[in-house]
Amino acid sequence: MTGEMIAFFFLALTAIAGGVLLINLSNVVHMVVALIFTFIAIAGIYITLSAEFVAVVQVLIYSGAITIIMLFGIMLTRHQEKEKRAPRLKVILTGLAIGLFFLIMYGKIKDLDFGQQNAELHIDNTKKIGIELYSHYVIPFELTSVLLLVALIGSIILAKRDDDEKEAKK
Amino acid sequence: MSSIPLAAYLLLALILFCIGLFGALTKRNAVIVLISIELMLNAVNINLVAFAKYSINPGLTGQIFSLFTITVAAAEAAVGLAILIALYRNRQTVNVDEMDSMKR
Repeated sequence: MTGEMIAFFFLALTAIAGGVLLINLSNVVHMVVALIFTFIAIAGIYITLSAEFVAVVQVLIYSGAITIIMLFGIMLTRHQEKEKRAPRLKVILTGLAIGLFFLIMYGKIKDLDFGQQNAELHIDNTKKIGIELYSHYVIPFELTSVLLLVALIGSIILAKRDDDEKEAKK
Repeated sequence: MSSIPLAAYLLLALILFCIGLFGALTKRNAVIVLISIELMLNAVNINLVAFAKYSINPGLTGQIFSLFTITVAAAEAAVGLAILIALYRNRQTVNVDEMDSMKR
C-alpha cells in the first residue's frame, strides 16, 4: 500500500461520494455544492496521473467557473426548493439499464492493461503542453478561440431580453 | 512508474459516467440535468488523461485533447444556460417534464 494508492483511494472515494450526493440530495443548491467536491477530487486524480496543468485547469474551469454559472442559473430561475422525484417506475427502469451498461463496460475494462512504459510526463508538463499547443495543435487551438467567441456572443443574444419583439406585438 | 493499475482509473471514470447518466435521465430540474452532463464529460476526461499515461505510446496528446474537451464543455454550459434562461422567460419553468412544446 503505497502513498500513491492511499491518495488515489481517498480521491476516488470523494469523487464518487460527491456524485452519490448529487443523486440523493433534495435541495438543488446542495446538489451543486456536492458536485464541487467531485470536481476538486478529479483534479487530484489528474495530479496522480502526472497531468498538473490539466488539474489546475480543472479547478479553474469546473469548480470555479461552471459551478458558479450553474448556481447563477439556479438563482435566476424560480424552482421548487425541494426537487420532486421522478416517477418510481422510470427511476427503476433507468437504473436497471444503466446497471446493465455498467456491467458490460466493467467486463471489458477490468483486465485492460497495456503494460507500463516509463513515461516522464510530469517533467516540465506545462512547458511541453505549451510547445505542443503552439506547434502541432495550433490550428485546433485557434479554432477553439473562435468557438469560445461564438459561444459568448450566442449566449448573450439568446439570454438577452427581446424588447423589440414585445413592442412590435403591441 | 506507478503502482495504480489502469483499470482502477477506468473503473472510477465508468462509475462517474454512470452517476452522471442516471442524473441526466432522472432529474427534473434542467440545471441539474446540465450539470450531470458536465459530470459525464469529466469522466471522459479522466479516461483521456489515463490513456495518455498508460498507453503503448505515452505522450501529451491525451492531456491536450482533454484541454480541448474542457473548453468545449465550458462553452456548452454557457450556451445551455442561456437557452434555459430564454426558455424560463417564455414558459416560467425549468422542469424538463414541462418542456414539451415540440411534442404537441
